[in-house]
Amino acid sequence: MRISLRIALAASAALLTLGVAQAQEKTLRIGTEGAYPPFNNLTADGQLVGFDIDIAKALCDEMKVKCTFVAQDWDGIIPALQAGKFDAIVASMSITPERKEKVDFSNKYYNTPSAIAVPKDSTLKGVTKEDLAGKTIGVATTTTHFNYASKTYTDSTVKGYPSSPEEQADLANGRLDAIEDDIVVLQQFLDSPDGACCKILGQPSPQPVEIFGPGAGIAVRKGETDLVNKLNSAIAAIRANGKYKEINDKYFKFDVYGAES
Amino acid sequence: MSATATMVERPPPRARGWPRRRIAGYALVGLWILFGIGIVSYLFFAWNPDFFAKYAPAYLSGLGVTLALVSISMVLGAILSVPVAYGRMSSNRILSGLAYCYVYFFRGTPLLVQTYLVYYGLGSFRVELQSVGLWDFFKDAFNCGVFAFALNTAAYQAEILRGAIESVPRGQWEGAASLGLHKLQTLRKIILPQALIVALRPYGNELILMVKASAIVAIITVYDLMGNAKLAFANSFDIQAYIWVALVYLVMVEILRHGVEWIERRITVHLKR
Repeated sequence: MRISLRIALAASAALLTLGVAQAQEKTLRIGTEGAYPPFNNLTADGQLVGFDIDIAKALCDEMKVKCTFVAQDWDGIIPALQAGKFDAIVASMSITPERKEKVDFSNKYYNTPSAIAVPKDSTLKGVTKEDLAGKTIGVATTTTHFNYASKTYTDSTVKGYPSSPEEQADLANGRLDAIEDDIVVLQQFLDSPDGACCKILGQPSPQPVEIFGPGAGIAVRKGETDLVNKLNSAIAAIRANGKYKEINDKYFKFDVYGAES
Repeated sequence: MSATATMVERPPPRARGWPRRRIAGYALVGLWILFGIGIVSYLFFAWNPDFFAKYAPAYLSGLGVTLALVSISMVLGAILSVPVAYGRMSSNRILSGLAYCYVYFFRGTPLLVQTYLVYYGLGSFRVELQSVGLWDFFKDAFNCGVFAFALNTAAYQAEILRGAIESVPRGQWEGAASLGLHKLQTLRKIILPQALIVALRPYGNELILMVKASAIVAIITVYDLMGNAKLAFANSFDIQAYIWVALVYLVMVEILRHGVEWIERRITVHLKR
């Protein structure tokens, strides 16, 4: 009893001081997924690596703040941001109207198209609604690709997966006729031994900006305009000083930034 | 009468005043009540007819999938649990060893892992499965869920069954034998009616655990109750999606709990004094 009372007191004291501590925090805590190679991935020894991570580090250097990283499941990444588990999401999150209702976004830091991959022996000819009618398409839920697939391929069965690796596994083992994902993520999968089964069939067209958004941005809690402004000028700065190109070339053969906005 | 005779053991008198323990108790209960009021008022203020109109049908279909999954797996598990329980009680060492290993594996590993192993693990043996004609079965996510859940619950149900049967005193077997009843008759007419009373509560618990565990199938692309809640959340980013689903599970479990209690009251009438 005595002990439990002490714990309760300590816990409430900790809760009270937590708010104060958070306000004093000078480091920027960045949340990311860690299951979306080559953008962000957890290595076997628990290190976060990838394009998102390198960009985030470059932005932090540019803003002269110390950054720490937190890996968080994709499904819960926005609630975790809102709950204050971290201060910004750098996880290839597309800027969409639905998400904008919950969080604020920086400008895009890259924009790559959505594409469809199929087994190499697939008889599919194209990626239109008619081509894929009656087929089963796997997509990771809570993604723009999922929103697009469930709105576009209404004559197909769209199966939702927790993250990209699961949908890729089911494409490889033949449960799925096709998967839709970011073209860079698909290419990474196809270049791996598991991806030898499959090929990219094409890119759905048009890719409406209402669904896919202008690209991937950095999400922060609503109303943190100061942080957004800092991030925007940092993105512009690393674009201008060649740091972005250096990171880009480490991962990709083309400029993933897309059209200049 | 001697003084010692009046020393009767009785519960200690109720504490008077406000000892620390009581204060802490009231504070904790108060916290819980506040928490409950918080959830109810949240749901009241966040009441969104659009959300309800948009996702209620999906929740209902998800509920159907959940109920189908749990009931099919429970029944298949019950059937499978009979030979396993028989093996566990068998004096044949190979048989009991096999049954022991089965129960050991399925009780010793998380259901989540078993579901993943069945769905993604068997998925990588597609060619082999196709050659024996089983791929069509395992291609479907719902079948994989039922398969994993039935195997898992069979292990638990076998232990419930074994424990219940062994809880009936040996004398009952011997008494029946002396009356000339053979083993199967004894089991059916004397042992099981007594054992199933003991087994009822554990069976009820297992059913409730299965209802809650069924949410796991959402990650292998089955759109059960939880799967639809995840979808609703994905489209709306509204935490209501999960609060409603929690309430539905809560109601289901309450109904099951009362059902089990009702059955127990019915079948133990003869034991009441």
